[in-house]
Amino acid sequence: MPEQSISTLSASIVSAAGDANGAIVVERLVKRYGEVEALRDVSFSVRRGATTALLGGNGAGKTTTLSILLGVLLPTAGSIRILGEDMLKHRHRVLPRMNFTSPYVDLPKRLSVRENLTVYAKLYGLRDAGARIRDLAGELTLSDFIDRGYGTLSAGQRTRVSLAKALLNRPEVLLLDEPTASLDPDVGDRMRSYLEAYQRESHCTMLLATHNMGEVERMCTDVLMLRGGTIVDRGAPSELIARYGRANMEQVFLDVARKRDDGDEDEDEGG
Amino acid sequence: MSVVDSSRRIGALVLRHLYLFRKSWPRVISLAYYPTVTLIMWAFVTVYLTPSNSMLRDAPGMFIGAVLLWDILFRGQLGVSLSFFEEMYSRNLGNLFVSPLRPWELIVGQLVMSVIRTLIGVGGAALVAWLMFSYSIFTMGFALIAFFVNLIVLGWAIGLAVSGMVLRWGLGAEELAWAAIFMLAPVSGVYYPISVLPDWLQIVAYALPASHVFEGMREVVLQHTFSSGHMFAALGLNVIYLAAGIGVYLWAIRDARERGLLFQMGE
Repeated sequence: MPEQSISTLSASIVSAAGDANGAIVVERLVKRYGEVEALRDVSFSVRRGATTALLGGNGAGKTTTLSILLGVLLPTAGSIRILGEDMLKHRHRVLPRMNFTSPYVDLPKRLSVRENLTVYAKLYGLRDAGARIRDLAGELTLSDFIDRGYGTLSAGQRTRVSLAKALLNRPEVLLLDEPTASLDPDVGDRMRSYLEAYQRESHCTMLLATHNMGEVERMCTDVLMLRGGTIVDRGAPSELIARYGRANMEQVFLDVARKRDDGDEDEDEGG
Repeated sequence: MSVVDSSRRIGALVLRHLYLFRKSWPRVISLAYYPTVTLIMWAFVTVYLTPSNSMLRDAPGMFIGAVLLWDILFRGQLGVSLSFFEEMYSRNLGNLFVSPLRPWELIVGQLVMSVIRTLIGVGGAALVAWLMFSYSIFTMGFALIAFFVNLIVLGWAIGLAVSGMVLRWGLGAEELAWAAIFMLAPVSGVYYPISVLPDWLQIVAYALPASHVFEGMREVVLQHTFSSGHMFAALGLNVIYLAAGIGVYLWAIRDARERGLLFQMGE
């Protein structure tokens, strides 16, 4: 895709951000660390009930974007509305209605899985904490190790516990940072199926940062592609694959990450 | 937001630390271990010196009382700081800050844990003082409540400031948690009156709430009078110190949100 097209695309993205019905509406987001610009004029909107992927190479700005959406990182400029609330002014109104999981954030290691989930159930104000934890333990197959210390679990087990924590409050908006990292293909597939079922039942809005392109093709209705702190493309996975003339999202990702905006050139490097 | 919701969230934070205590008896014992050992040492020093010193003959419990009161300050500060460090060690800050928990609820949770830790630590030592040396800290009467409140509030102020500095500069600054209180000890008049200090240092001493508490304690023990002047001075200073401690902590949280530190903090 030529640079001129990218400029046109940016304008359409800004327009999309004006969608007041979006569960997540981000407008002209900028984050600077001194001289370094981590996000540049990022605007997008995520439809209610949609599952949207946030893709990009390392340092593209995915985690920065998620951190700002969660309110743990303050933007230099721009605005964020989640479920109609201004996140910069009233984030505590909306935080009970959303949740988050990431392999880079842990839970207390010396507490058991049940204790950790109980603490977070209370933090999120659940009245039926015991029942909810039992349900999630069954659905995410945590029962075998629910009374073991979180610190004794394998990486895959921790990922499932972290996902259970993220689902405790039945969130309307779920931000997922590599939700199936460390999971073997079998468990990874079950978790994706679980998330899909949860999304269908609850109409939850999901924003997913991942490097697993199979996951994107399977789960996501929309994709935002970040590079160098700015959105360089967006669309449904099938649209992007067609637009770049590639066979799958992995090849599209490589094109974008390697700055090959014209999908026709250098086919072999697409991977 | 309601008070009930806030109480539930603060309760959840306290529950998290109580789970930890339940799993680690050595941790609970260590809370009382250090104050008890210090108390026993000072108590024997008092026993040794009492026959040759008329002041100590009048007030055999002065040093023991000083040790116990000092530990209220020390445990009060550590209780706040260590509760915060636990979250950093376990890389749990990110999850806490994306939960509905508000910063002031986090602060209250830390303060509640500080009271629990202090009661366990100082309570154990006070029990040993009573059993071994027939000294009851409760002989100070209602003044003990004023001393306790003023010392633990100063501990909270320092603990919050230390937590803020560790949030800002990382766990490398953790040593501050142990060192901060000891910087105050020489000018707080824990074991000697402020009047023995050089004039210029007395000015510094009287700017500390702890100095007023220990001066007040000596008046209670030696003269059996309660100095409301010292207590009001301590209270007024504590308002300033606590506001400063909370200010540093909230500034550090804000700074961490500016710099993106909340997802990165950990061992």
